[in-house]
Amino acid sequence: MPTNVINITKSADSSFIGQVAKESGQNPYLCYQCGNCTAGCPFTEFFDYPVSKIMRLLQAGQKETILRSRAIWLCATCETCTTRCPCQIDVAQIMDTLRVIARRENYVSEKEIKLFFDTFLDSMKKHGRVFELGVLLKYNLRSGKLFTDADLGPKVLSRGKIHLFPTNIKGREKVEKIFREFERKPRNEQ
Amino acid sequence: MRVGVFICHCGNNIAGTVDVQKVAEEMRKIPGVAYATTYMYTCSEPGQNEIIEAIKKYNLNRVVVAACSPRMHELTFRKTIEKAGLNRYFLEMANIREHISWVGDDRELNTKKAIDVVRMAIAKVMNNKPLYSSSFRVNKRVLVIGGGVAGMQAALDCADGGLEVVLVEKTQSIGGMMARLDKTFPTIDCSICILGPKMVDVAQHEKIKLYAYSEIEDVKGYIGNYQVTIRKKATYVDWKKCTGCGLCMEKCPSKNAYDYFNFGIAPTRAISIPFPQAIPKKAKIDPNYCRYLTKGKCGVCAKICPTKAIDYDMKDELVVEEVGAIIVATGYSLMGVENFPEYGGGRYADVITGIQYERILNASGPTAGHIKRPSDGKEPETVVFIACCGSRDKSLGIPYCSNFCCMYIAKQAILTKDHLPNSQSYVFYMDIRAPGKGYDEFTRRAQEEYGVKYIRGRVSKIYPKGDKLIVKGADTLLGVQAEVEADLVVLANAVISNPDAAKLAEKLRISYDTFGFYVESHPKLRPVETNTSGVFLAGACQGPKDIPASVSQGSAAASKVLSLFSKDMLESDPQVSYVNPNICVGCMKCVKTCPFGAIKEEELRDGRKVAKVIETVCAGCGICTSTCPCGAIQLQHFTDNQILAEVNAFVSGK
Amino acid sequence: MNNKRYAYYSGCSLESTAKEYNDSLKEIFKVLGVEIEEPDDWSCCGSTPAHTVDPLLACALGARNLSLIEKMGLETVIAPCPSCFAVLKRAHLKMKKDPEMRERINELIDEPYNLRVSPKSALQILYEDIPPEKISEMAVYEIPELKVVPYYGCIVTRPKEVAEFDDPENPISMDRILESAGITVLDFPFKTECCGAAFGVVKRDVVNKLSSKVLSMAKEVGANCVAVCCPLCQQNLDLRQDQINSLMKTDFKIPVLYFSQLLGLVFGISPDKLGINKLVVSAQWIVDSLKKAEKRGKKIKEEPEAEEEQ
Repeated sequence: MPTNVINITKSADSSFIGQVAKESGQNPYLCYQCGNCTAGCPFTEFFDYPVSKIMRLLQAGQKETILRSRAIWLCATCETCTTRCPCQIDVAQIMDTLRVIARRENYVSEKEIKLFFDTFLDSMKKHGRVFELGVLLKYNLRSGKLFTDADLGPKVLSRGKIHLFPTNIKGREKVEKIFREFERKPRNEQ
Repeated sequence: MRVGVFICHCGNNIAGTVDVQKVAEEMRKIPGVAYATTYMYTCSEPGQNEIIEAIKKYNLNRVVVAACSPRMHELTFRKTIEKAGLNRYFLEMANIREHISWVGDDRELNTKKAIDVVRMAIAKVMNNKPLYSSSFRVNKRVLVIGGGVAGMQAALDCADGGLEVVLVEKTQSIGGMMARLDKTFPTIDCSICILGPKMVDVAQHEKIKLYAYSEIEDVKGYIGNYQVTIRKKATYVDWKKCTGCGLCMEKCPSKNAYDYFNFGIAPTRAISIPFPQAIPKKAKIDPNYCRYLTKGKCGVCAKICPTKAIDYDMKDELVVEEVGAIIVATGYSLMGVENFPEYGGGRYADVITGIQYERILNASGPTAGHIKRPSDGKEPETVVFIACCGSRDKSLGIPYCSNFCCMYIAKQAILTKDHLPNSQSYVFYMDIRAPGKGYDEFTRRAQEEYGVKYIRGRVSKIYPKGDKLIVKGADTLLGVQAEVEADLVVLANAVISNPDAAKLAEKLRISYDTFGFYVESHPKLRPVETNTSGVFLAGACQGPKDIPASVSQGSAAASKVLSLFSKDMLESDPQVSYVNPNICVGCMKCVKTCPFGAIKEEELRDGRKVAKVIETVCAGCGICTSTCPCGAIQLQHFTDNQILAEVNAFVSGK
Repeated sequence: MNNKRYAYYSGCSLESTAKEYNDSLKEIFKVLGVEIEEPDDWSCCGSTPAHTVDPLLACALGARNLSLIEKMGLETVIAPCPSCFAVLKRAHLKMKKDPEMRERINELIDEPYNLRVSPKSALQILYEDIPPEKISEMAVYEIPELKVVPYYGCIVTRPKEVAEFDDPENPISMDRILESAGITVLDFPFKTECCGAAFGVVKRDVVNKLSSKVLSMAKEVGANCVAVCCPLCQQNLDLRQDQINSLMKTDFKIPVLYFSQLLGLVFGISPDKLGINKLVVSAQWIVDSLKKAEKRGKKIKEEPEAEEEQ
């Protein structure tokens, strides 16, 4: 919930700041809030908080506000912010790290985006490569939005741009193993 | 041998991590040490008096002060023991602060190291010899490099103080950056109106010799006795005949020469006088654009010049001037727009720099003071100023602030409103830096009285749309992305050092920092001196600064020179190399390796050729000492025996 | 002439929705003498979804493929899809800079990766390894009415530390490649503006809006074709052009071709082999206006000489 009053002594979570700094490899205190990132970010009009505000929230240790935000899920890591930051901060990396932490700690403000990513990865795990038609259909089913991109169906099918059946690579168990091993390791080791 | 050892607590600075009492105790055990004590603040007046009293009371003939770095107080303590009647070179300092107590906080290790270091100093001082300075004459003429406002002020103050001044200016006219400005903040004084009289004073002062369109070729010598070779570059116009009438410039057919004075905002002719108030008001041909010099065709200027001043065969000329001191006032340069590809990188004609806009505003500039867009000559309705282009930007290698852009942006925005009452100006800024007298009020005036809209945030990208420019910035106070449709964009590009700053520094043997700005002796207490004796700094070559600061530094440097020249003779530093002619075999290896050219060959009365050190040129680097195959040449106060004594003291533990 | 052999990692989309890219690249590689070999049994790199879960996972999925390619004994892998390229390059760089990370990744994949492969995008190979004269030589056709804007997309040259190629603000590799093939390339201020990336399925409006900005600017500068080098850019601009038109009430009809398709056309390769018929916004008029080039070996556009007035 956005609020106009905070008690910084009580609400600032410095271990969160440290965690983000460590996982992203970036020092959030290098940011002098110039707004260059927000100025160039193509997704600003769709964010609830513009990216420079997310950086400021991070500096102020406002963990809840950040992890509940939609911005961190909507970031496309287009790298515009990173390319132009005068303080040489990899801002896109910080956004990605916030999204990783949000997923890990179960803050998912954009459920459909997570659903799509998960469906994609499931397809990968199963076949070793992505079966695009399968991903679309499964996503539509799971999200309840049955007709997403239905208008594109005839266009891609008539031009032979999509496979009707998945390709299973020989080493798909090896790919699945990567996922399994990754999930097996305790979180704080990663 | 009666050595006195004085160990300083330096408050808690040293005593905090070093057991000074224990060190004193250990030193008393060393044979030759007659007295060892500790004191709270040795460099203070009572502290120094203690040393003098102890010398008298205990009949000391050598002194070791274990305290801070010799760079701080070696001179202080040398004078102290001199007052007590000892030769000042019978002092050694042991650095137990910067090298020990400030480095680590393990008390035991620190104390052990301090004991070793002081013991080494004692061994050295016991081997010290008395040294005596000699005196040398001072040539009371001063060279000022750079004819901008700082250089001109320095030159005028020195000349008014009775000194002869040689002023060397690289470009065709003096005036520097200030001559290009339209108005100056915060008073909105006309720049050339206040600078012009100064320029005329420089030109007419009987004690100032001006070399314009000239550069420093070489500097030899030492403080009080420099021989400076100046290269008078070929202007292809005989300035003794040129009257500055400007006819050549009117008729020259080569109309696309790069105009350095206008920073390229408009072209000029191949032969030109840079601006109407130029001093000297003489023409010069740019050989890159002259048709006669590049292709052998044309020759129009030579035909029409009423005094026949054109000389296509002119060559550079070298002149030598002898001076006693040098003031460096070479000013600054500006970062090029190619560094801002997100703003077009120079591809968009209506994205210009602050200095280019200044030339457009200036009544004697290329648009006669009318504000016109470079692309189509129309008057802009919306002007956007972008602060900090390159400054405070680590990604471009410029972490510092350029000092005066916030102020000139406010000024230019105010002037824009004056010229074009129907226009609207916007300023994208991160912070407003306005520390001087009346400065903050001036920036507020722009916003309160002139309706300039300040937006706090940077600009990410500028792109063209039709004949307008879309400026995509941010308003961080609102927390939004903010777009402005502009007709003209002015970038406050960063101040950088001159591209040839390093080369000149090496000729003068002065230090420069990572950014190419010249380094002062002490950032707080000695802003206009360098660590090279006889060379002083003034103005933006030392770091970005505005006009009042540059003028102050010009006067300050002049005062340093005037006080230097208040004596007829100067004392030399005796810590120089000396050749023992009885050992020297005359191989002359030292002559070849000396980087300062301070050693020459000498013939003795018995016909033997040996090396001889020119004391006043020797900088005391010691390279000759390590080169000499037979140990004939020794750096006084750092001889092989003295250094080996220290090493032995450390290694043997005695 | 390039005698080097490259590994070729097509990635999942080039096998399906971006088939034209795959086909056209392979065709022009044949003409230009670029020899490629695909790694046996390569797996998906994980693209965007993997790095949103965890960087370690993303790195491992990329590293598995790098180790496959390493086993092939080839030094360079061409990854035409910029997302695949970024994944492979980042995996390589991370494992190079951080030995601890390298160990952890190697534990997750079946065969360890020993940092001997250099991932590059297709654009990079064509710009750096093929001399422009060679492209000019092969351009036997010309399309005089064609005015192309080069749309690089957001990640093929950014960030600089990962891509290590061309310029992040104003890239010129595609410009030069197309120019050396005699194609008219217009200056384009939106070369690296994001098209909406991978949000097409979940956030169609976002993608349509952002893509429409690119098409608008293309129209503004007078282009009649957009050249791309990324499967997502191509789909967002081409496949979704009708969606854009209906959302933004525009009437764009701008064909969006892979730069390799344009090269293929001027090289005289049959449009079918280049997948021209797979484009949604028809490029038939481009095919129809192909004519034999008057001068073979057209030079790269020269800088205009400094003017001198009379």
